[in-house]
Amino acid sequence: MDIRTPVPTIYGDFAKKHMELWRGQGERLKSTFPSAIEEIRWPGESATDVPIFYVSKSQLVEVLRFLKEADGFEYQFLSDLTATDEEVEPRFEVVYQLASFVSGSRIRVKTRVREGERVPTATSVWVGANWPEREVWDMFGVRFEGHPDMRRILMDERWEGHPLRKDYPLRGYQLFPDPMPINVDLLKD
Amino acid sequence: MSKDGSSSFLTTRLDDFVNWGRKHALWPLPFGTSCCGIEMMATFASEYDIGRFGAEAMRFSPRQSDLLIVAGIVNTKMAPVLRNIYDQMAEPKWVMSMGACASSGGIFNVYSVTQGIDTIIPVDIYVPGCPPSPEGVLHALLRLQEKIQQGDTNFHRREREAKIGGGAQ
Repeated sequence: MDIRTPVPTIYGDFAKKHMELWRGQGERLKSTFPSAIEEIRWPGESATDVPIFYVSKSQLVEVLRFLKEADGFEYQFLSDLTATDEEVEPRFEVVYQLASFVSGSRIRVKTRVREGERVPTATSVWVGANWPEREVWDMFGVRFEGHPDMRRILMDERWEGHPLRKDYPLRGYQLFPDPMPINVDLLKD
Repeated sequence: MSKDGSSSFLTTRLDDFVNWGRKHALWPLPFGTSCCGIEMMATFASEYDIGRFGAEAMRFSPRQSDLLIVAGIVNTKMAPVLRNIYDQMAEPKWVMSMGACASSGGIFNVYSVTQGIDTIIPVDIYVPGCPPSPEGVLHALLRLQEKIQQGDTNFHRREREAKIGGGAQ
């Protein structure tokens, strides 16, 4: 089987149901933000189940707000926010999974980040982006500009490195047995 | 005890007597973090009834308990918590490491999991299994009671603590 063959999910065949809607949305997005949309990957052409919009970092928040609020889009729900380590330049991709309760469709927004660069925070669009962004910082070391509380969420504050990076050793144990109170200095940005 | 009042004979008997009392009144502190905790609860329930061996008085306060039962996985972030609880327990105290995860990290050979709680606190007895059956826990309790009856365990604990490098000073 070709990897690009759309695979029906438990929610039904997304591509069959929403392809026309997605094409229209892609056109509108391109005409609204001509410089922000770097690339669009469509199901059937690439190995994906929903369209992926690659957005440049500089206009990310505007695009996300547009996707959330504009008529005909209305992706109100930030289903997930995570990142991937691609091991090429630019190294990271921050992934936003969006869902619409109006049309029932889902799309994926990605933005490419180099190591050490910062991504504008989406907390002004979705308050719920707070903790996922902290998790991305914890696991991948991608910081978010303007985030209200940018510190580790899962690992110990004394942890060194970011465990979900590809170059982090699989068994990179770090043990902190001392019942030391949280060091406030480590929490600062 | 001899007629002139020398107490050497009495002292050993007193130790035995105290140990006998201790081994039959272990108050466990359940530190159940995953499925081993369920088996531990089964051990405490009427079917297996750990109360037959005098260890039914569960105390959720570390200051009122003798036996710390670590039942389940201890993540790296949980390690300082476990150490803190152990340090709060009053002497004499014993630790039972229940299940593969607590004893060695189990199947979780990754960055986020401690590879056995004996890297954090000294352990008196290990229970194998994933999770161990209630009989296993009871067996471990009986072995621990033998250990307590023999005297021990403070000296050995200090040795183990020196190996770990932390602990109550």
